[in-house]
Amino acid sequence: MRKYLSFFRLRFSMGLQYRSAALAGIFTQFIWGIMEILVFRAFYQSDSNAFPMTMQATSSYIWLQEAFLALFMVTFMENEIFLSVNNGDIAYELCRPIDIYNMWFSRSVAHRLSRAVLRCMPILVITIFIPKPYGLMIPKTVTTFLLFLLTLILGLSVAVAFCMIIYMLTFFTISAMGVKMIAMSLVEFFAGAVIPLPFFPNPIRRWMELLPFASMQNVPLRIYSGDLTGNAIQDVFFLNLYWSIFSIV
Amino acid sequence: MIKVEHVSKTYKVFKRDAGFQSAFKALFHKEYELVSALNDVSFTIEDGEMVGYIGPNGAGKSSTIKILSGILTPEEGIVKINGQIPWKNRIAHVKEIGVVFGQRSQLWWDVPVLDSFQLLKDIYSISEKTYKDNLEELTSLLNLSDLLQTPTRQLSLGQRMRCEIAASLLHSPKILFLDEPTIGLDAVSKLAVREFIKSLNQKHKTTVILTTHDMQDIEALTNRIILIGKGRVLMDGTIDDIKIHGDNMDEAVANLYHEYQI
Repeated sequence: MRKYLSFFRLRFSMGLQYRSAALAGIFTQFIWGIMEILVFRAFYQSDSNAFPMTMQATSSYIWLQEAFLALFMVTFMENEIFLSVNNGDIAYELCRPIDIYNMWFSRSVAHRLSRAVLRCMPILVITIFIPKPYGLMIPKTVTTFLLFLLTLILGLSVAVAFCMIIYMLTFFTISAMGVKMIAMSLVEFFAGAVIPLPFFPNPIRRWMELLPFASMQNVPLRIYSGDLTGNAIQDVFFLNLYWSIFSIV
Repeated sequence: MIKVEHVSKTYKVFKRDAGFQSAFKALFHKEYELVSALNDVSFTIEDGEMVGYIGPNGAGKSSTIKILSGILTPEEGIVKINGQIPWKNRIAHVKEIGVVFGQRSQLWWDVPVLDSFQLLKDIYSISEKTYKDNLEELTSLLNLSDLLQTPTRQLSLGQRMRCEIAASLLHSPKILFLDEPTIGLDAVSKLAVREFIKSLNQKHKTTVILTTHDMQDIEALTNRIILIGKGRVLMDGTIDDIKIHGDNMDEAVANLYHEYQI
């Protein structure tokens, strides 16, 4: 266990040292968030009753998504892993007395956490002061917030476990680009990264919500914004737990 | 003890002629050749021995090292290193060995060398005392004191290689595989590395297997030499067996390569 923790530490501290990358990232995420909210605002103004989430919930969804982007975006994969498989540095990792899967897992989690820690604070702090209904709202109850944190962790593990599958596929291909591209665009669509899942037509939505991709960000973000409550939370929580265990095994 | 018996390994190599036409044809029909990297290779190495493993480019030297360190699995044959089969008991096996691949890097690029060492300490579960002792010894022998706080990316090739060798020895391995450890080093670093390997072998009785194209390395370090070409062991003898083929080592080896047509 110590070995993996140590891996985690090194990767985490490494991730913290890229300051200008973080600044640029924060800036992009602000612009992106503002653009998305403007688009949704235009839709809501034409008929706000036609939408499954309130404007406030949608804004919160978007801001949280931007703040914690690094945690569950499948796009953020460890380039170093692809590189090491391609150029053969992987040989060194294979002659270490550790399990490759666990090592890469802890490393990816650390990488994502370090990125998120650097970026989330400014976004969260500023967007909370943006006037209603375009800013980030404070969750209704403490339980909501705790459930949000819990599902966020589960979502992170599902996302990382999914990336692990792609890492493993690179052993069998000459270039991992193709697999990466297809996987990324599919996952983003199904995870609710393009538009929140409730905006999909009902029959499709029901299937999409059952897929593991929904657990990555759809669930935690919607719990926070109060769009999911009561029994629905229970259902998605267990589904989330199921997928994180399933994909890791 | 290292026991290698009748080991064979083949690779699939895709082939096509140059040019657009054949590139287009290869879209529909890929042709490949099976290249045998190792063909019925056998040898035995005792504890504490220093062995030079030489051969022309593409002879199968690196493949052998990779099989011995448990990274590749051969199609045929058996390897037993201190009673363990490397690719089956990988984790138990690699605790006992150190590997240096001269053309690869194991240090983390963006952080100081010491951080990489710390990580290795945890990976191999090295005790605090052993780590300190080994680090001290390696630092003085390889002259690392100025390098340890520097990020790896800012080291020169020779400086980095010295750190790489130190990194592979932190856990006091019983067997050390060196795959072209002196590639690209200046005269001073080369001598330092040679001196170091020699004293390591004498002091700790570490078994060393060394592949290189630098015949001076071989001359300075090893007594026994295994010559391989086209995946076969062609000769297993001493320096003197090679020296009789020419005036100096380089010439003698070149003559040998000619003689065996490899």
